[in-house]
Parts: sequence; C-alpha cells; structure tokens
Amino acid sequence: MQPIISISDLTKTYKSGHQALKRVDLEIRKGEIFALLGPNGAGKTTLISIICGIVRPSSGMVTADGHDIVRDYRAARTKIGLVPQELHTDAFETVLATVSFSRGLFGKAPNPAYIEKILRDLSLWDKRKSKIMELSGGMKRRVMIAKALSHEPEILFLDEPTAGVDVELRRDMWGLVHELRQSGVTIILTTHYIEEAEEMADRVGVISKGELILVEEKTALMKKLGKKTLTLNLSEQMTALPEGLADWTLELKDDGHELEYVFDTHDERTGIPSLLRRMSDLGIGFKDLNTRQSSLEEIFVSLVHDGAGSK
Amino acid sequence: MAFNLHSVWAIYKFEVARFGRTVLTSLITPVITTSLYFIVFGSAIGSRMTEIGGIPYGAFIVPGLMMLTMFTESIFNASFGIYMPKWSGTIYELLSAPVSAFETVVAYVGAAATKSIVIASIIFATAHLFVDVQVAHPLAMMAFMLLMAVTFCLFGFILGIWAQSFEQLQVVPMLVVMPMTFLGGAFYSIDMLPAAWRTVTLFNPVVYLISGFRWTFFGKGDVAIEISLAAVFAFLLICLAVVGWMFRTGYRLKN
Repeated sequence: MQPIISISDLTKTYKSGHQALKRVDLEIRKGEIFALLGPNGAGKTTLISIICGIVRPSSGMVTADGHDIVRDYRAARTKIGLVPQELHTDAFETVLATVSFSRGLFGKAPNPAYIEKILRDLSLWDKRKSKIMELSGGMKRRVMIAKALSHEPEILFLDEPTAGVDVELRRDMWGLVHELRQSGVTIILTTHYIEEAEEMADRVGVISKGELILVEEKTALMKKLGKKTLTLNLSEQMTALPEGLADWTLELKDDGHELEYVFDTHDERTGIPSLLRRMSDLGIGFKDLNTRQSSLEEIFVSLVHDGAGSK
Repeated sequence: MAFNLHSVWAIYKFEVARFGRTVLTSLITPVITTSLYFIVFGSAIGSRMTEIGGIPYGAFIVPGLMMLTMFTESIFNASFGIYMPKWSGTIYELLSAPVSAFETVVAYVGAAATKSIVIASIIFATAHLFVDVQVAHPLAMMAFMLLMAVTFCLFGFILGIWAQSFEQLQVVPMLVVMPMTFLGGAFYSIDMLPAAWRTVTLFNPVVYLISGFRWTFFGKGDVAIEISLAAVFAFLLICLAVVGWMFRTGYRLKN
C-alpha cells in the first residue's frame, strides 16, 4: 500500500545538544491507525512536530502524501491536522470563532455547514457561542479536535489525545477515531495508554531514546512477542512451591490459591503437559484453569527496558 | 498557491476581532488623552507660547501627538498580536499552517496597522475640536501615516517575537520608544533647542519621522522631507530584514 507519510533518515538535535531523534525511518500507510508508543522524552512529540512544521529537522526527509514538508510545505501542511498534547486555546474566543478561524488559517474557504457538522459530531454545537475559558477540560479537548478537523485533513495527528480526560470522554474519542478512519483519514496517535493503542491501532511503533525500535502490525506484534500466562486455581491453598515443581518458573498468587506459569507460545515445548502431569503425580489438584495473552503494555515495557525488538 | 488569501484574511479578521473586544477603551482612551494634551499643552501652556515657525502651538503639536500615539499603538498591538500565541501556546497552529512568513507578516502587521491608523484618525478628528489645523498635503499625510504604521507595526512584531515575558514586551516601548518620541520634537521644534542639544537630537531617528509627518501638515519640518523619507524607508528596510531573518532562522519561533 502506498505510504501517505514517508520518513527517511530523520534526525533532530536541539541546540542544547540533546539528540531527540536518531535516523528514524518510517512509513505510514494511507487509511491506517498508527500508534506511536514510547516513554516520556522518547521523541514522539518531536517526530510529530517535525512532520507538522513546528520543529525543524536537523537532517533527513519527510513527505506527506508525496509532498516534501520543507520544499512543498503548503501542499503538505494542507493535508495535515494536529491535536497537540497541551490544551492550547484562545481563552477569550468562542468555540465557533476559533474553529472557523482554524479552517481559514489552513487556506480553506468558509463552510458553515461543515463546521456545524464537526461541532455537532463532537457535541459542541450547543457550546458554539461559549468562550473557551468557560469550558471544561474535556470540552476544550474536543475543541482542539474540531480545530484540527476544520480544514478536512487527510492525515490527523493526535498527540496524547486522551491524556487527563475521563473514561467516558476517552471512549467517545475512540469512537470518533474509528469514525474518522472509516471516512478515510489516516490517524497517527501517540499515547501513554497502551490499552488505547491496543483498542485502536492497526500498527504500532515503539520509540525509545530517539530511536524507532520496532514497527509491527499490532496483532502480529502481540502474537510474535506475546507470552501467555497459565493460571491454575488450586483445590487447596499452597504455602510454598514444592521442590518437585522446581523445573518450571512458577509463582504463587492470591495468597497461595493460584499458581501462575508464564510460557512462550513460540516455544516448541511449552511445558504445560509435563507440568500438569507432575502436579497430578504430586497430588496437587486444581479446580479451574485459564490462559491469558500478554497485553501490549507488558510487551512495551519489556521492549523499552530490555532494548529488545527489531524494525 | 501563490498567495494564501484565506489564511491571511483569517489571521487579519481574528486580530481585528481581538481589538474589537476592547473597542470601547481602544477608542475612548485616545480621545480622552488627546483632549488632555490639548487642555494642558494647547490651552494652559500653549496660550503662553508664541507661534512656532508661523504655526499656532496648538496646531503645531497635532502631528507629533498623532505620531506619538501611532508609535505606541503600533508597537503595542503588533507585539501583543504575535506574543500572545507564543505565550498561550496557540502558535503551534500558525506554525503548522500552510502560511508563508510573508503572509504571516502581512496579516499580523496589517491588522495592527489598521488599528493604529483608526486611532490616529480619531486623534486627528478630536484635535479639530480644539484647534484649527489644515493639512497642506493630504495624500502625502495619509501615505506617511500608512508608512509609519506599517514600519512601527513591523518593529512591534519583531519585539513580540523577541520577547520572552510580558516585562520584556513593555521594556522597549516604555524605556526606549516613548522617551525618543518625547525628545524627538513631538511637542516642540528642535530649532528651539540650544545648538549642542540640537546636534544630539539629530541622532534620534524619531526626529526625522515626526518632522516628515509635520511637513505633510504645514509644508515645513525640522529637516528636509527627502531626509525624513529616507529615514523612514531605512527603518522599514531594517525591520523587514530583521523579520526575514527571524523567520528564516526560526528565531524564538521554531526549535
């Protein structure tokens, strides 16, 4: 599939000497939801800011829908909408005025019907005459999204879109992102909430210390790197692990009522049948068992801390 | 896309609307201030003064008074216009928009200059309530006013980009521009100064600006109109060069 964003050999070193990005190569496919994960200071916001024109790259090249973001910046920026991490708003402006302003700023002729549709979709229509300073944090976040969508972008960057918002609004945002994707908008989001990426993304990129350490289909990533956890609900409480089970890496949980075994699904021998046989031999019974796939969060933590993974 | 008219118009409208929120104070303040100047300088002091170069004192101070207000308003409005988005963080939107540096300057400076010209015109109208003042070269007066507004708005725009705090935003207008204007012949002719001070005053660029504007009113000034025009254009070119450099390097706008 043709990439809508193409990043090659991108580096950024700030005046302070801090190297925020180190030779990043990345392609974002048209119409996908791409989640960029990484700890604080990893370079997520720098990467987004360069693509949007807010920060200058030190070297490398970025194109948006085929347009170089430096040489052909007008065409490139027209395609892009940005919802920044911080709630930067014109406190004294009304919702309608600030959203209409954004459309004009991005070179689009006024279209009151379209602006009304966005405001209605984001449940802001009733607040259109309210000054932004009168709105709640969640409503301000919606205004930021409305501003970013006002010029009908084909690429939307959401930098920590649900940071500090309540659960209800977060769910609304997720719904909105899915709707936008349905309408053909490519979405790139950064988030600290792994569940967000897990819920929404088609592909996941992990950035750490300015380096893109992994880009993978979300489901493939979870299959590839994911481990499973077998939990056995014991018939009788166990105070300590018997020596006979020392060959397996086991952990007692729930005050000795559960036995947990983490195994790699890719291993030829998972060790489960032999474990169950040994438990039977030792007279250790269990009432129930279940297995659980590792979450993206667990994978992410393992990647960032172990420096594992490959592009 | 040769010129992004929609973007320029959006910024211009937005900035003019911002002025509109303070329209009452913006328009009433100059009327009151001008009236006070005429009461103090025109009536109380001016009645004891002789004519300056054949011009009644009350009429003589009108161009200086208009310039004084235009300088301060232009610098304040243009610097505030670009400093506020920097301060509030909304500058991200401007920086990520498909707008060139030239278009950005046209929009911000155009909006600030519009307000300055409106206020200067109000002062001119208010002056007529107190003194009889005729304009010898009306077209030149309007052109000069436009040129001065644009030049000082550019200067204000530079200050707004440079400033990193509200204090810095105030420092240059209050500590540099205001004294230079007062000492630049706004309320007197530099011919009235002792020779030594007259020489010193000639190093003040504002002298040339006020003199030029006064020429458009009365057909004469402290220095030749050609020199005044050259000074204005030189200042304009310097401001344009600095703004160009700021956008080219991203000075205090982009990392």
